[in-house]
Amino acid sequence: MVKVRMATPVLQQNDEVARENRKLFRKKGLFVLNLMSSPGSGKTSILERTIEKLSSRLKLGVIEGDIYTTKDAERIEKFGIAVVQINTAGACHLDARMVQPALDDLDLNDLDLLIVENVGNLVCPAEFDLGEDARAAVLSVAEGNDKPAKYPLVFRESQVVLINKIDLLPHTDCDIDQLEKDLKLINHQLKLFRVSARLDQGFEPWVQWLEEQVNLKKKLSASQ
Amino acid sequence: MHELSLMMGIVDQLRKSAAENNIKKISKVMLVVGEMTMAVPDALQLAFEAFKEEELFQNAVLEIRKEPVRGECKDCHHNFGVEDFAFVCPNCSSPNVRIASGRELYIDYYEGD
Ligand SMILES: Nc1nc2c(ncn2[C@@H]2O[C@H](COP(=O)(O)OP(=O)(O)OP(=O)(O)O)[C@@H](O)[C@H]2O)c(=O)[nH]1
Ligand SMILES: [Mg+2]
Ligand SMILES: [Zn+2]
Ligand SMILES: [Zn+2]
Repeated sequence: MVKVRMATPVLQQNDEVARENRKLFRKKGLFVLNLMSSPGSGKTSILERTIEKLSSRLKLGVIEGDIYTTKDAERIEKFGIAVVQINTAGACHLDARMVQPALDDLDLNDLDLLIVENVGNLVCPAEFDLGEDARAAVLSVAEGNDKPAKYPLVFRESQVVLINKIDLLPHTDCDIDQLEKDLKLINHQLKLFRVSARLDQGFEPWVQWLEEQVNLKKKLSASQ
Repeated sequence: MHELSLMMGIVDQLRKSAAENNIKKISKVMLVVGEMTMAVPDALQLAFEAFKEEELFQNAVLEIRKEPVRGECKDCHHNFGVEDFAFVCPNCSSPNVRIASGRELYIDYYEGD
């Protein structure tokens, strides 16, 4: 009998492709955001509000990850920006190898900001590096205060959490201050934004943050 | 559900390594899974069953070693077990904590002939 030591990470292949994607984004000076949440927290709605505010200032592109449908991509297309659909055909997350060919369908030279809407799932998208610059998680107040404790990884691995549907606060038992404290315990560097995509509230600080990141990335890649 | 796609990556790596090492039958695989990964051991076991028809894996047993979540304080360098995913140093109360273990997901070794 032979014993063979491996110690190779299971996600090595994904991480290699993610590195290639990241290299390409750096070359193009393009800031890429991975948007994650459980189904229905409001990723697409937040995208819509974000596009409305930023499309006059920045050139935006969107990649829509969905298990089977093109519904979200159709919502984004209405804004007249570049959108590519990835159907994961059952897979519950996007990985770097799915994103790579989708990039060929976008004119990256003509974009400042690329937002990837991941498959609605709070569990495994956080394990898969796509090559993005930052991750933003959406958590709606209707989901319950226990979500950070149940799904800590996605919040640990994100830079931003958008707490959405604050218009529903009077109708839920959500303690939003406690929710923010719990999130900070998992990741004290998190930037937190309270928003309502329905009422179009709270978006200004968020889009400002995004615009700053886009400009930083441009400077960084120009100086290389 | 993604455990199946993870397992596909795992068996790919095993097939490649077994071919390189001239191993025809694997008897044991030791997988290390951190407690802060989104891979569920039972689901991994179930996914592994899907490859049992292949000669290489016919008699293989998948063993999973779990790694607890540990943090290391960046300020006072205290190393501690993280409870309830609260990344706060119990020694100096700093929130500046690096994950020291718990994010592992790798094949440690396998045995075969
Ligand atoms: N009350 C309220 N409803 C909202 C808000 N944002 C989104 N919704 C509603 O929540 C539902 C889901 O919103 P989506 O934006 O499609 O959510 P999603 O995260 O993109 O969903 P998936 O892509 O399917 O995972 C829709 O009915 C939205 O109208 C909000 O701020 N307040
Ligand atoms: Mg959506
Ligand atoms: Zn998945
Ligand atoms: Zn300390």
